[in-house]
Amino acid sequence: MPRLPIDRIQRFFNSAGLGKANPEPSIVVIKDNNALVIHALDEAAERLGLYIGQPLANARAMCPDLRVFDADTVADAKTLSDIADWCDRFTPLVALDPPHGLFLDITGCAHLFGGEAALLRTLVRALGRQGFAVSAAIAGTSICARTLTRQASGTIVADGGEAEAIRSFPVSALGAGEAITTGLRRAGLKTIGDVASRAPGEITARFGARFSTLLAYALGQGDAPISPRKPLPDYIVEKRFAEPIATDTMIAMTLSRLADTLIASMEKQGKGARRLEAAFFRTDGVVRTITVETGRPVTRSAVVDRLFRERLDALADPLDPGFGFDMVRLSASRTEIVVQEQRDLDAHVHDNDELAALIDRIAARIGGKRVVVHLPQDTHIPESAVLAASGQHHLAAAMQAEWPARVACEPPLRPLRLFDKPEPIKVPFATVPDGPPHQFTWRRALHAVVRVEGPERIAMEWWRQDGKQLTRDYFRIEDAEGLRFWIFRDGLYEGEVFDGDGKPASPGWYVHGLFA
Amino acid sequence: MSGARMSALAILRGQIERIETAEVVHPRDRIALGHGAADAALKGGLARAAIHEVFCEGRQGAAATGFVMGLAGRVSARRPLLWVRQDFSELETGALSMSGLSELGLDPRHVVMVRAADVESALRTSADALACDALGAVVLELWGEVRQFDLVASRKLTLAAQGSGVTGLLLRMAAQPLPSTAETRWMLRAAHSPPGSVWSAWGAPVFDAELLRNRHGPCGRWIMEWNCDECQFSEPSTYPQPVVAAPAHRQDPAVLQQRRAG
Repeated sequence: MPRLPIDRIQRFFNSAGLGKANPEPSIVVIKDNNALVIHALDEAAERLGLYIGQPLANARAMCPDLRVFDADTVADAKTLSDIADWCDRFTPLVALDPPHGLFLDITGCAHLFGGEAALLRTLVRALGRQGFAVSAAIAGTSICARTLTRQASGTIVADGGEAEAIRSFPVSALGAGEAITTGLRRAGLKTIGDVASRAPGEITARFGARFSTLLAYALGQGDAPISPRKPLPDYIVEKRFAEPIATDTMIAMTLSRLADTLIASMEKQGKGARRLEAAFFRTDGVVRTITVETGRPVTRSAVVDRLFRERLDALADPLDPGFGFDMVRLSASRTEIVVQEQRDLDAHVHDNDELAALIDRIAARIGGKRVVVHLPQDTHIPESAVLAASGQHHLAAAMQAEWPARVACEPPLRPLRLFDKPEPIKVPFATVPDGPPHQFTWRRALHAVVRVEGPERIAMEWWRQDGKQLTRDYFRIEDAEGLRFWIFRDGLYEGEVFDGDGKPASPGWYVHGLFA
Repeated sequence: MSGARMSALAILRGQIERIETAEVVHPRDRIALGHGAADAALKGGLARAAIHEVFCEGRQGAAATGFVMGLAGRVSARRPLLWVRQDFSELETGALSMSGLSELGLDPRHVVMVRAADVESALRTSADALACDALGAVVLELWGEVRQFDLVASRKLTLAAQGSGVTGLLLRMAAQPLPSTAETRWMLRAAHSPPGSVWSAWGAPVFDAELLRNRHGPCGRWIMEWNCDECQFSEPSTYPQPVVAAPAHRQDPAVLQQRRAG
């Protein structure tokens, strides 16, 4: 994408209806070493002899009526990633080559589009229709393909022909950086062929190991692995439409058919899906991906279907078909081997399955983090005694957790409702320094203390303290109305709480929970 | 009023009567709470496969939670319990604490908590959950007056509960009762611990529970104690039963209800 920044701006103007048939030359400038230099330029500007890296002042001198835009690298990166999303339709392995390039690993995919040449043609034409200038090439190694795009767009190099294909290109096509390119030119090595004819040892000694590796890759000797944006899903099924689909019923029907196919192919290998992604490719290039996760492997297409229906139903920004989707893809990005187990007559096993299915449905609707189960923790600090864990992933663990047994014949020692953050209360005075208050003000209401139990002293865990935390004295309090509180004094009276001058101060009081 | 219209009304009344009695729950589908007088008023206990509402003032939230938890513990009988709550109610009355739950004698392992962002998703989730017969009970906790919870929403929940046999419990804090299809409606207040020596009488949770509406029996008001060891309600031993003073100017509504139901 040699002109990505300028194409993006041009597209914006076109969509706003401000596009002109014959616009003046436009450039995008970026600040480099305290000077504005050209970052990208359009065809008209290129014809005038402007080039990337040229200072803006020089360009203005050559052509006074330039349209100049500031570079927005964030928006460019976003555009590139959107294009990469769209390219997912050709292969699941798409990698970004910043700032303006993409690598597509089309191994084993080309025949689906009528061969390499047809695929290349389709891709370039489709992106061209969207207003992006593309230079593309296919080669055995990613670095070689990138070198080709800079000089000979549209080339397809067969395996083994890499060295021959790029032999006559200038060294700048390798994209090795300004310093190395200039160094090579000064050494009289004008073309890649010149450089390749030198012994690799010489090149490494002069320009570093990194450059010699790059050169080797470009010449087809070994390959740098590309890093795809998304891990390869385990199973993919997709459906393409000659006539784009837009109605909800058609979308739902397509998804359920795809689910059937997907589950059937997974079933053959004894797998179940834990994470499913549906990607909707709109005709205008926008791709929307919707993900559902399940607590245990799914092996029935009806379940998949229902989960997606719940998810689509509850989307905050509904699926917008625009002019229609021309492709829908369903992929299982995480799968697990399913152990087919004999159901015994014990109803509990069955119950847990149904509960897990219910949790999956609710999670698909409102989000996995919103359905939680609870695991006991080995600590006596009240606020961290219980861990809320995802219901989808920890249901089985929570069902078997060992909770501390309550002391028989004792009234409850812990409150039923616990504040996430203890709420400060105003205590006018306490009769004895270490004793409970006689009355206190909480949320602007005065509560007279009628009954008290306590104190229960809870010291903080010194072995994992990050800040200085104070010892707490908890009291169980009943007020005149019968409301029951769990309040604590934060810090001991003498020796833990100090004011600004280092003198002992009176510790604060808090409500931490409410008893039933 | 003419005779024809009167008889038409009588026929309609008869139809309503038949519809209502068709829903009469079997005695075996009732779970005794353990409190004699309350069980008698409820004709044997709390009906399963129905919706029960528990109202309370804002500051009585914890007491009402305890009561609902007790009801849920009675009806769910070692089956999973789904607790659906709004984000907002956690700020107001604190989060449901599993340590506190196990102190009440209930099992935290069976509690699945759903933290719904808003009322719509909370209602939707609880309707879904009520239709799932693997659950023992579904609790929906709502804070404040809720416009979205109207007669239609209530009817939906009731139908789902009847279909699956799951009991639905609604905890409505800081809200006023509105018409609904609930089987029973309670107003909850915290009650004092039984009188005794002031510094040592902190005992089991005690509730002042007023049964405001009962589709198949009389209403009433009782002091109920939750027995943490036996996991059931009981009459507090040393507590004089303070029932509401009968209004001087009109008949006791509970008596009226009894007569009509009988």
